[in-house]
Amino acid sequence: MGIGPGGSVLVLAQRRAGGGLCRSSGALLTLARRLGAPVGVLCGPPEGDAASLGRYGAATVYTVADSRRHPTGVAVEALAVLARRLAPAAILIAAGREGQEVAARVAVRLDSGIVTDAVDIRPGPDGPVAVQCVLDRSYRVESSVVRGVPVFTVATRSVAAREAPVDPVVRRLAVRPAAGVREVRRIAPVGAPAPRRPDLATAAVVVAGGRGVGSRDSFRLVDQVAEALGGAVGGSHTATQLGWCSPEAQVDVVGRVVHPRLYLALGISGSVRHRAGMRAAATIVAIDRDPAAPIFAVADLGVVGDLHEVVPELLAEIRRRRTTDGVNGTFGGAA
Amino acid sequence: MERRLGVRVVVLVKHVPCAAGAPGHAGFAADLRLDRAGRPGQLNEADEFAVDQALRVALRRRDVQITAVTMGPVRAVEALRRALVLGADQAVHLLDDRLRGCDALATSRVLAAAVTRLGFDLVLCGTASADSGMSVVPAMVAERLGVPVLCDADALTVRESTVEIHRDDGAGPEALAADLPAVVSVTGRCGEPRYPRLAATLEARYRPVRTWTLGDLGIDPAEVGRERSATVVRTVTPRRDGGTRVLVDGDPTSVAIRLADFLAERQFL
Repeated sequence: MGIGPGGSVLVLAQRRAGGGLCRSSGALLTLARRLGAPVGVLCGPPEGDAASLGRYGAATVYTVADSRRHPTGVAVEALAVLARRLAPAAILIAAGREGQEVAARVAVRLDSGIVTDAVDIRPGPDGPVAVQCVLDRSYRVESSVVRGVPVFTVATRSVAAREAPVDPVVRRLAVRPAAGVREVRRIAPVGAPAPRRPDLATAAVVVAGGRGVGSRDSFRLVDQVAEALGGAVGGSHTATQLGWCSPEAQVDVVGRVVHPRLYLALGISGSVRHRAGMRAAATIVAIDRDPAAPIFAVADLGVVGDLHEVVPELLAEIRRRRTTDGVNGTFGGAA
Repeated sequence: MERRLGVRVVVLVKHVPCAAGAPGHAGFAADLRLDRAGRPGQLNEADEFAVDQALRVALRRRDVQITAVTMGPVRAVEALRRALVLGADQAVHLLDDRLRGCDALATSRVLAAAVTRLGFDLVLCGTASADSGMSVVPAMVAERLGVPVLCDADALTVRESTVEIHRDDGAGPEALAADLPAVVSVTGRCGEPRYPRLAATLEARYRPVRTWTLGDLGIDPAEVGRERSATVVRTVTPRRDGGTRVLVDGDPTSVAIRLADFLAERQFL
């Protein structure tokens, strides 16, 4: 797909905590090329990142001096200023907590329509059309923006980044820092280690085991995965009844209802009561021997197999990635 | 306490269709809006957490007034009743036929107007609603009010003139602070709401629920509603496969690598 129907498309590049650019930036630029000429917006010191954006077709890159003290304010200012200056065909931002906040505030500033968590974007007869999967992903909805510069947040997971190298023109953009009263201060650094094993009800990651774990000894595998992911340990009704884990760790309507970002179910078939206790998890991964287990109906990723074989391999793989400092998932390696 | 008026906490809540049963229950109406008619509703679960957090602020300092605000049809008052049972002192229902079909921009405009009229030191809300899940309204309200926003708080501490939160959005845990007044959205990880006492349930019936219309808020009806929506839905198609759920099997090593890739992609590794 060549250069689309003209106009520029603003793409907010996202940085990874460890440095370098997020994989999502390449995917966003790939989508942006369908709509027009992509313009990258980079907050913070440019380093080599402007060139990385060029690799995916950003002919122009605006760099904005970032203040770490207001994580999103600078991005909002920059996008609002550039949107007024360039009148772009669309603004693309990676979905996620920070992206959602920036997009929401930019939409209010510009009084523009916003579509969140798009899985695909394509040009339409009257402006870009965004595709969303809603209501537990059971419906596919196509919508377009009829007022202002369309603001889209994109779930880039399903978008493959394709390279289209250009040599970007890098421009500096000075934005006025947000007024002092609206300042958000970071009081502890990103990446600070979690103080201790989190409490089950408030944990961001929960690893739970059920009857399929097989024995109290094997339940150590559940502990080890929780340790590796910095999560809390949970257990199904059966696991707690058999004494494999403490009764406080029971995840279901009678025990704890959990709301983690990741729920990893090991050897849990997924009874109605159990599913009621963990449905709210943002991402659900299940490992079980029975391909017909009801847990797979709610799992984003289901692994059919013996957890006693898969989990040690998973632990080894996690260790391997930690020690080689993850080549996978970086900006360059993902294309 | 030094503050003349104490801490005024406004909790934004939403009445959503019950999640009971399979998601297949929900569907779209002929005008491509979510069909909420005929479905029992309840207070959005994430908002229950927000009301409870407001109550925790009130336990730490006595001069706190908690107001629950919702925008929605007549039935949405059920959500306010629930919020009152959970501990809100009073409630405001933004009820107007012309508000039907509001998009996020218009919703945030109406909510911001109501919050301004009430006066506030802290606005609390749930991170996302169960039925639409846009999760942009908190940030939009803050932008309109001209105050800082702290989204997705896993823990919340209100001090004399600042609010501090902890959150973990995948990039690692971080702690943030902002001066009051501010908007904070809380996740389901901030702690299970306490079960209300029977006395609170009975007493809640006598707490006031006010009803405000667009006129009370001073908003031009042309600024809100379905006609003013900045987005239009072109098509809605049911998906048979139920989305991107993947089932993998095979030899343990390749499965484990696949699993690690999945976790790394979502920043859990």
